[in-house]
Amino acid sequence: MSRYQDLKKNLFGGTTSNARQFSMIFTLVAIVLLFQVLTDGLTLTSGNLIAVVSQYSYILILAIGMLMVIVAGHIDLSVGSVAAFTGIVVAKSMQQWDLPWPAAVALGLAVGLAIGAWQGFWIAYVGVPAFIVTLAGMLLFRGANQYIGNADTVAVPHGFRAIGAGYLPEVGPDTGYNNLTLLLGLLACAAIGWREWRARRIRRQMGTDPAPVWVSALRLAVMLGVVVFATLRFAGGRVGTSFPVSGIILAALVIAYSFYTRNTAGGRHVYAVGGNSRAAELSGVRLRRVNFLVMTNMSVLAALAGMIFVARSAASGPQDGLNWELDAIAAVFIGGAAVSGGLGTVSGSIVGGLVMALLNNGLQLKGVGSDLVQIIKGLVLLLAAAIDVYNKNQGRFSVIESVLRPFRGAPPPPVAGDPLVPAGKAPAAD
Amino acid sequence: MSRPPVLLEMRSITKTFPGVTALADVNLAVRAGEIHAVCGENGAGKSTLMKVLSGVHPHGTYTGDIRWKGEEVRFGDVRASEHAGIAIIHQELALVPGMSITENVFLGNEPRRFGAIDWTAARHRVLELMEQVGLREDPDTLVKDIGVGKQQLVEIAKAFAKDVTLLILDEPTAALNEADSRHLLDLLRGFRRRGITSIIISHKLNEIEAIADSITILRDGRTIETLDVGAGGVDEDRIVRGMVGRALGSRFPEHGAEVGEVFFEVRDWTVRHPVSSERLVCKGSSFHVRRGEIVGFAGLMGAGRTELAMSLFGRSYGVWLGGRVFKDGAEIQLRTVAEAIGHGLAYVSEDRKAIGLNLLDDIKTSVVSAKLRKITRRGVLDRVAEHRVAAEYRESLRVKAPSVDEGVTRLSGGNQQKVVLAKWMFTDPDLLILDEPTRGIDVGAKFEIYGIVQRLARQGKGVVVISSELPELIGLCDRIYTVFEGAVTGEVARADADPELLMKQMTTEKKPATP
Repeated sequence: MSRYQDLKKNLFGGTTSNARQFSMIFTLVAIVLLFQVLTDGLTLTSGNLIAVVSQYSYILILAIGMLMVIVAGHIDLSVGSVAAFTGIVVAKSMQQWDLPWPAAVALGLAVGLAIGAWQGFWIAYVGVPAFIVTLAGMLLFRGANQYIGNADTVAVPHGFRAIGAGYLPEVGPDTGYNNLTLLLGLLACAAIGWREWRARRIRRQMGTDPAPVWVSALRLAVMLGVVVFATLRFAGGRVGTSFPVSGIILAALVIAYSFYTRNTAGGRHVYAVGGNSRAAELSGVRLRRVNFLVMTNMSVLAALAGMIFVARSAASGPQDGLNWELDAIAAVFIGGAAVSGGLGTVSGSIVGGLVMALLNNGLQLKGVGSDLVQIIKGLVLLLAAAIDVYNKNQGRFSVIESVLRPFRGAPPPPVAGDPLVPAGKAPAAD
Repeated sequence: MSRPPVLLEMRSITKTFPGVTALADVNLAVRAGEIHAVCGENGAGKSTLMKVLSGVHPHGTYTGDIRWKGEEVRFGDVRASEHAGIAIIHQELALVPGMSITENVFLGNEPRRFGAIDWTAARHRVLELMEQVGLREDPDTLVKDIGVGKQQLVEIAKAFAKDVTLLILDEPTAALNEADSRHLLDLLRGFRRRGITSIIISHKLNEIEAIADSITILRDGRTIETLDVGAGGVDEDRIVRGMVGRALGSRFPEHGAEVGEVFFEVRDWTVRHPVSSERLVCKGSSFHVRRGEIVGFAGLMGAGRTELAMSLFGRSYGVWLGGRVFKDGAEIQLRTVAEAIGHGLAYVSEDRKAIGLNLLDDIKTSVVSAKLRKITRRGVLDRVAEHRVAAEYRESLRVKAPSVDEGVTRLSGGNQQKVVLAKWMFTDPDLLILDEPTRGIDVGAKFEIYGIVQRLARQGKGVVVISSELPELIGLCDRIYTVFEGAVTGEVARADADPELLMKQMTTEKKPATP
């Protein structure tokens, strides 16, 4: 095997798949580099990177929940309205009842839980399709937001704004950087190193050959390089800014949900239900409970995203969360999830969301109008899905595993030329 | 006797997929008016060969020539081959369930008059076609309301509507019961008399022996031989030898398990249909299973065997009305699948792809999927354990796959079935219910599945086998229950079992007095 193949195989998980994995990561890199050049270096400045994180963290939080919903074979159209509704409830509770902000956050999460349970009930226990239930929820909670807020904006107090507009505080000696951000970067580096080491150990325990050492080293070097670069950028911004609090919340959620979906029985069940619900049921999976929990979880995350957004914009308004569901769904599909369910990863969805975010950001930096931005985003989504379909027809697999998932073997591609219904089966007219 | 001319000749067909050679230098010659069987194990290349012939794999994606009526043809798509008079009927029928027989027969080929569909002409023509294929139904009946046997006939009528010269049937009797299968085979004989040529692909060698004029055997993507049945000396064993490259010996060795005590008993199990509240699918069925015993359930399709099994397995079918289950003398409740698994039940369904497997899974995730608890340590899945467990089953059940990371869709039917068996063996069951465990599986793999069933019995587990193939039940089981219209109509010990007796009990309501 040539070195190049060696590299390709080990970096991107396996022998078969991978056009999509390559294309996703490289699309992201290409977009960053392209706009870096087009904006004369504005894209990768500290200020812009910090802005991107705080501006898109709530969409990425939604994408995590949406990934699980889509993997389970559903869809949630209500997330934007749920976020807006939670936002107004939280804002009102602080304005009118003088609720301290931590209590308001708890209230917001409870609202999300209640809405999720409501929608989950209809979907899981009554059997109404999620599309319908959440379409109803989209109308219902948008209306409820405007009813409570009198279609007006409601400001939120200072303490609350930290979750959306706050940064890691300045502590310790003056290093010219934000010390806590530096520490965070250090932790990330350690985690990456530990992960690589553990991946190699697990592969050995499974009796498969781990990647050659030089591949591991290269992968480590690239990832550490990116982390170090990002750390210095985030830590070296304008004084008073650093890595946003919302970014930390996002990172914690990504880690927790990646772990949950990949390494626990509950996560496996979500994939099983989406892959073949009847087979899952006959294997002892409690179908209704899985569906209920997935939908409930989505609404809780939507509530969280709504609160972060309100905190960032310092007020809750009637137009909050408009079209968020579409951004979240787009992120998940760009990230390689299958429309029919059962496939997709949290990390993939995050990459998908970042592609959208950086595209948006870059175009805005260039001063492109929102009309054109929408057109371009629409085309990117279509293109991503088309590549996916093309890859599937080529018998490749289409989920991002790549560097983010080094120790799993290649995922199973469906057999080429063995669709359930052969292509030419449609009856022909003479 | 002068032999009829060759109608179709495929010469040196080679077809490769990335990484796999599906067909290597395959030859097939079919004479006009004969019934030509193509045999081979799963993965031998039968379906690929038919896809090359029918244009699913268009000209240019394979090498070799196809000569049709003496001239070379190059089919670019399925339409082109249909136009030439070649029609293929796939195992999975291409019918629209919500449309009537007439609409299905003319779908994509509607008789037109002034641009609109001419329903009068369609009706006359469909009655004619239905007569030809022996289908007695109202042509306005929806396809979903007729049995699978009749649906098959609709599919054939549809082919006839396009003036077919060569009819290709891929596993036409796999989903049919004995009566429908016989009817279909008679029909093929009728076509032969009318000069229509057929190619039939089937795993049911007794049928092939009974009906085929010539048999071409494929193995590992190569033509092994073409047998002329008329010349004599061709029987099932001869075909099997060609397919697997060796004689299989006795297909059902004694399993040698020590049959122990009755440990599982069902009494008066009564279940109604999930929708129609009038219809009982299980009418007070009672049966028992001993340790180390293989118990068969024989019955025609629709007799209620699967319904009985699934309703026992955590009430996965229908509405439970009554009946009790005892295990080791104590009554147990089986209200959910989790409960059934907890009590040591396992159910291997008859439809692997639809309800037995998640086709997105790989081998290792499938194997552990029914009892994730066993590989969970402190709430976290132990991937090393998962890999090890799956690798052990891959070895002990001889699953043919390069590794346990292989996706289950890439496995042949027999190997998929082994993965499903592994999945249920992993749950440490005491009683395994196997519903049509060898359906759609080739001869070699069938033999291995029988071996696994016998091994399970030797371990002291009870095994229930539901099968439509009587020779399989008679060869494998210690005891056979017969089921007719939801009721258990008899119980036959292995020593007394013969197909005629079983068939009689499978088709009569009267329950013979059992001691």
